[in-house]
Amino acid sequence: MTNGAMKKQSLVERLQYIDRRIIFAFIAVAVIVPLLIGAQLKEKTTPIVQAMFDNVEGLPEGSRVLLSYDYGPTTAPEIQPMVDAMVRHCAERKCKMYMMAVWATGHNLTGETIEGVLRPDFPDLEYGVDFINLGYKAGNQGLIRLILVDFKTMYSTDANNIAIDDFPMMENITSLRNFDLIVSFGGGFPGIKEWIQFAGDPGNIPIGGGCTAVGAPNLYPYYPSQLVGLLGGAKGAAEYENALIIAYPKYEDYPMAGMSLMVSQTVAHIVIIFFIVFGNVLYFILRARGMTKEGLGGVR
Amino acid sequence: MGYSVISGLRKSVPTCIIALTLLLGPSAFAQESPDTATVDSVFVSEAVESAASPRAAQLNVVQDSRGDAGGAISVKWFRSPDDGMGADNITGYEIFRSESPDGLFESVGFASRGRTSFEDATTVDGQTYYYYLATVSATGVSRSGVSAGARSSAQWLNTRDIDTLIIGFIICFSVIFFIYHAQKGKKLFLRKIAGLEAVDEAIGRATEMGRPILFIPGIQDLDNVQTVAGLTILGRIARTIADYDTKINMPVSRSIVMATARETIKQAYVAAGRPDAYSDDMVYYLTDEQFGYVAAVDGIMVREKPATCFYLGAFFAESLIMAETGNSIGAIQIAGTAMPSQLPFFIAACDYTLIGEELFAASAYLSDEPRQLGALKGQDVGKIIAMSVILVLCILFSVAAITESESILSLANTFKGWFSLS
Amino acid sequence: MRRTFPILITVVVGWVLIVADFIPHKPFGNLGDDFALYFDIIAVFAFILGGGNLFRIHLTKVQKKKKDWPFSIVTLGGFIVMLAAGLFKIGNPGGIQGDVAAVGSLFNDMYMQIFTPLQASMFALLAFFVGSASYRAFRAKTTEATILLIAAFIVLLGRTPFGLWLTSGLTGDMSFLQLPNLTDWIMDVPNLAGQRAIMIGIALGVISMSLRLILGVERTYLGGDSD
Repeated sequence: MTNGAMKKQSLVERLQYIDRRIIFAFIAVAVIVPLLIGAQLKEKTTPIVQAMFDNVEGLPEGSRVLLSYDYGPTTAPEIQPMVDAMVRHCAERKCKMYMMAVWATGHNLTGETIEGVLRPDFPDLEYGVDFINLGYKAGNQGLIRLILVDFKTMYSTDANNIAIDDFPMMENITSLRNFDLIVSFGGGFPGIKEWIQFAGDPGNIPIGGGCTAVGAPNLYPYYPSQLVGLLGGAKGAAEYENALIIAYPKYEDYPMAGMSLMVSQTVAHIVIIFFIVFGNVLYFILRARGMTKEGLGGVR
Repeated sequence: MGYSVISGLRKSVPTCIIALTLLLGPSAFAQESPDTATVDSVFVSEAVESAASPRAAQLNVVQDSRGDAGGAISVKWFRSPDDGMGADNITGYEIFRSESPDGLFESVGFASRGRTSFEDATTVDGQTYYYYLATVSATGVSRSGVSAGARSSAQWLNTRDIDTLIIGFIICFSVIFFIYHAQKGKKLFLRKIAGLEAVDEAIGRATEMGRPILFIPGIQDLDNVQTVAGLTILGRIARTIADYDTKINMPVSRSIVMATARETIKQAYVAAGRPDAYSDDMVYYLTDEQFGYVAAVDGIMVREKPATCFYLGAFFAESLIMAETGNSIGAIQIAGTAMPSQLPFFIAACDYTLIGEELFAASAYLSDEPRQLGALKGQDVGKIIAMSVILVLCILFSVAAITESESILSLANTFKGWFSLS
Repeated sequence: MRRTFPILITVVVGWVLIVADFIPHKPFGNLGDDFALYFDIIAVFAFILGGGNLFRIHLTKVQKKKKDWPFSIVTLGGFIVMLAAGLFKIGNPGGIQGDVAAVGSLFNDMYMQIFTPLQASMFALLAFFVGSASYRAFRAKTTEATILLIAAFIVLLGRTPFGLWLTSGLTGDMSFLQLPNLTDWIMDVPNLAGQRAIMIGIALGVISMSLRLILGVERTYLGGDSD
């Protein structure tokens, strides 16, 4: 065997233990560049997302939709696009939107929707008549149990400490059963699962959900019996946006956050696939040379 | 300490009940039972409709909500012929209530179209209430007749969850039976769990290298049974650590967990006859905030380079961040969680992973105590029940589909109903 | 005695709460909620314990100039400033009565400008770690690992429009082989079956663990088996 062959072998072996920072650098480029370019990618709507869309689309004018912000700034980049798309849809359907949070960190994010979507794009909608921010209340699943029976015990004022009886849209709201649909955003605890266990099932109330891509497989078992639909991660948001564009063509040229994220996600997936294939090719080369051993290959 | 244990277990019991309902599997929304189809109210006035209004929905049953703590009356109705299919598609139904049939009625709630029931959860027990239903559409409103009086009251048995009670009883009974059966000294077979076999080796490695062990009990409080399971394993590990005099580093994200873990480790040192070697600084609180905690733990890992990392408890998105950092410093990593979405990450990044129920079995496994092992055996009875039910239902539904037999289908649905959430 | 008393309370409270779940009538009906409230109250006091511990450890570190002590100053500084901003509602347009997170308050500004980006950065690390973990985990070393690798490959590609584009030629009877359809099948059938099995196992594990605790068989978390 020549020296050259020896060197080549050691290179393959060295590559088996690639420096993790190289992978990190590739992924950073794959995520950042598409975001900077601002491209958008349409996603075909899958049945589980379409079911969620159809449910909202089927709501008559004036229906009451409770939107629970059960997430924090960490997952906001992934979840906020689906919240925006669904709020936009509810506004188009002229539904009454009740925003609340069972996560303390969700409280600040309700403002993002109001200032980012409702005020600029739906200036005719009036606070207290068409939408309301009820804010955060402590108690986790205990809170859900309580408001299923008596809503006003916990929510006597809105987030700005104004008595809720002053708002026309709060008339006749005595329990969670008065809502036509509850949508929980966020797959953590408490989240969609607790809304199903403590409100949806005992109160026979339709529950929809939006969560991170990581949390979605955990919630699939609840669809379609206990969840009317589920949006998982940026892809779920992009699929919902796609359904929205088909139903409301005026959004065709509108910047959609979920669709923008999908470009980054697609490129990142391809980069990961590339590395997986690359790692396996190296592995098979070494195996062909009889040089593999248990645990070979990895990152440094 | 006593308080923290009680309060911690407070929620482990409902968790047990939730687990039972989980075991019953995700199911359809509550189906109306046939007996609610009977009208048990005599209507005291006739329906009112006008030409422009939708056709009125008619009340079906107005009665005390079953199996509850009182304070609620259930109102059920037959959908309006215009509900979803008529020319005058309705918006929904408004429910009105009064304390006398000819008194002043006030609205108590609204149910959108397609719904056939409403629970008025604002009643006073013992007071008689009368209801009527207004079918609302864009063009007008039609009202139903007024129901006969109904009163709410509290019940002594939650009949809604009777199936959970029966199945729960069978499983609890079998666990208790095997616990006491095992006391008689009958040897039980246990399959090997690689992650637990490796615990001593992992501690030994840290001792030899003179580096600390990092123990992460998840990021949930003591009201999560996974955290309790993590602490029971900590109790076993702490004994070995106390014997070897290995350094343990345990940053936590919940104050009650901190207090409990300190006690757990302290008792292990006392049992090892070395109470002086224990220090409160072994366990310390960082922050309740998920990613603040992860940032701090990652910092500790990179600076102190522990030889062994244990992640045993309830984890969310932080699992991979911690496990990959642990991997990068070359630590032996043993993880265990009952969060299904985090299991793949732990499996990818750790050397050993206790999957779901193995986390709960770990303490019993490590103790080798007959009574604890008996509980595991009892758990298997639950598995046999679950598997049998799944198998029988699969066969019944398949046969019903192949033969197109209505009677088999109805039998299958009845059987399924016993094991579904109600 | 030190362990007998807590175990006794555990046993009594445990069984009472199980029974209470099936008896809605007073005084049992509200026991679950009442105990949840007690837990929250204890947790609030314990938080003082935790916060106090954090403060003490870092103060000692700074005083004794232990290793990395400047970081402790950052921790203490952040702790005090955020606490004061929330407690005294500094800069809150609504004054001391205003919403703690009111726009324009120091608390809200710090939350949005410091806390939010820091949190998002930590979560974003997942993207990188998923890359390095996948590279290491997905090797066709055994039959099982190969199946896992193939499934990962299909799901990763099928979750992107690229996957659809790649297999869009498969139409009619072959359309089930399109990558997004294969992805949905993997997620809806083998993945869901596995998830459900794990969930059932976990549910039984929780029951068994809870029974061991409320029967007093499992007492390791109290530090040992013997009294």
